[in-house]
Amino acid sequence: MVGVLVLLGAATFALRALKRQTEASINPAILETFRLRVRAWWILFSTLAAALLLGPVVTTILFGLLAFWALREFITLTPTRPGDHRTLFWVFFLFTPLQFVLVGMGEYQLYSIAIPVYAFLFIPARIAMDGDHKRFLERTAKIQAGLLICVYCLSYAPALLTLGTVERPINSTGLLLFFVVMVQLSDVLQYAWAQIPSRHVIVPTISPSRTWEGLLGGTISTSLLGAVLWWATPFPGGYFWLAALLSAVIALMGFAGGLTMSAIKRDRGVQDFGTLVEGHGGVLDRIDSICFAAPVFFHLTRWLLTYFP
Amino acid sequence: METTITINILALIARVLSGASVRWVDCQPDTCQRVYFANHTSHLDALVLWSALPAEVRARTRPVGAKDYWTAGPIRRYCATKVFNALLIDRKEIKVHESPIDLMIREIGNRDSLIVFPEGGRSSGREMGEFKSGLYYLCKKRPDLEAIPVYIDNMNRILPRGQVLPVPLLTCITFGPPIWLEAGEPKAEFLARARQSVLRLKEGWTTQEHSV
Repeated sequence: MVGVLVLLGAATFALRALKRQTEASINPAILETFRLRVRAWWILFSTLAAALLLGPVVTTILFGLLAFWALREFITLTPTRPGDHRTLFWVFFLFTPLQFVLVGMGEYQLYSIAIPVYAFLFIPARIAMDGDHKRFLERTAKIQAGLLICVYCLSYAPALLTLGTVERPINSTGLLLFFVVMVQLSDVLQYAWAQIPSRHVIVPTISPSRTWEGLLGGTISTSLLGAVLWWATPFPGGYFWLAALLSAVIALMGFAGGLTMSAIKRDRGVQDFGTLVEGHGGVLDRIDSICFAAPVFFHLTRWLLTYFP
Repeated sequence: METTITINILALIARVLSGASVRWVDCQPDTCQRVYFANHTSHLDALVLWSALPAEVRARTRPVGAKDYWTAGPIRRYCATKVFNALLIDRKEIKVHESPIDLMIREIGNRDSLIVFPEGGRSSGREMGEFKSGLYYLCKKRPDLEAIPVYIDNMNRILPRGQVLPVPLLTCITFGPPIWLEAGEPKAEFLARARQSVLRLKEGWTTQEHSV
C-alpha cells in the first residue's frame, strides 16, 4: 500500500517536473496522455484502497459496479435489435450481479461456469424465444462477448481475495494490489517503450501505437519490476522468478486485452468506449487490460499455490 | 411543487440512471422562453430531456403531456404535478373554444419554456415519424419563442415500445441551434424543416446504426 503511494507520488512529481519544461523536447500529446493516466490512477487506487480497507465484500461490490458500467458501455456501442431486449435485461440484472455474489461467496465451482456455460446457453435460447432470427448467431455472440469480457473476466480480480485457504493462508489484499499495480505499470511501460524510434508496428490496421519494441520492452521491464516487488506475492521465499513470470503473463494478457478492445472500437468507428461522456475515456478503456489479465493471473496463481506452498 | 433540493436530487438520479451525456451544438442553455422539440421513442424521454437541462433552466421548463397518460397511477401523477410541473393536455375532450395551443400559450405566460414531442406518439424507433401541426401553430402564435431541436439517442433501446423492463444503456441528448417560423412559411414546409433539424443532430452525432 505504501509502495503504491510512493509510486503515485513519483508519477505526480514527474508530471510536475515535465510540465515545467514544456515545449522543449516532449510531445505535448504524450504529456497530456500521461497527465490523464496519472489522474485515472489516483482515482483508481484511492477507490480501491478505500474498498480494500472496508473489506472484501465492499471490494467485490466495487468491481461489480465497474463491471456493470463497462457492460453498459459495451452494449451501448454494440448494435442490438429490439428482439434482444429481454435477453439484455437478464444479462444486466441477473447474470451480472449473480456472478459477483458467487465470487463474494467464494463459490469457485459455480462462478467459474455460471456465465460461460449457463448464461451462454440462456442467451441464444432467450433470443430465439423472441422470434427474431435475423443475424441470430452474430447477435448472440455480441452479447456473449460483452458478458464474458466485462463481467466474467473482471470478476476474477476480486476473486483473488478468496484464494487463500486454511492450510495456505495468503495476504490476498496484497495479491490484488500487486495484480492491479502490475497491470497499470505494464500498460504505461508498453506505451513508453513504443515511443522509441525505429517503430515496428504490430497490427497497423488496428492499433498504430502498439509496436514490437513496446511489447518486448514493456514485458521485460514489467517482469523486472515484478521481480523487485516479489514480496507482495504469495511466494515470498525468494521466488523472484515466479513474480517475474506472473508479471510477464500480466503484461502479455494486458496487451491482448488492449488490442482486442481496439479492434472492437475500430469496427464501431469510435475512439473510446466512453465517447458518450465527452472528453473522457470510458471505464472499459481503462480496464480492458485488467479484464484479460485477471482470469489468467488467477488461475496461474491458484495452480502455483499448490506447487509452492 | 416539491422543494428545489428534492427536484435536483431526482434530476441527478435520472441523469445517473440514464447515463446521459448532454451536448449543446451551436446552442447554449438559456432561461429565455423556448420550445424544445424532440424525437419520441420511449416513456422516459420527457424525464431524461428534462433532467438534462441545467437546474435554473429546468425550473422554468415544462413538458407537455397527455392527461390520460400522466394521471394514470400515483407515480406518474406525482412526477407530472410535483416534479415536472407538466402541462397536461386532455386528449379526450378537446374544447372548441380553447385549443391545446391556447392553453400552452396561456400557461407559459412570458416566463416558462416547453418540451414537446411533435411526432404525437412514440415512434417504433427505426424511423422518426412526421411532425403534427401543433408545433407550427405554437410558433405562429408566439413567433418570439426559440424552437430548439433535440435529439434523444438510444432511448428506444433502453425502454422500447411495448416493454416494461428497461435495459440500462447509455443515452446521449443533443441540443441543436434554434429555428424560427419564417414570415409566410407554409405549414408543411416548416414542419419538414423542423423534422430535418432534429434528424441532422442524429447524423452529426453518431455513425452507429441501431439495427444490425
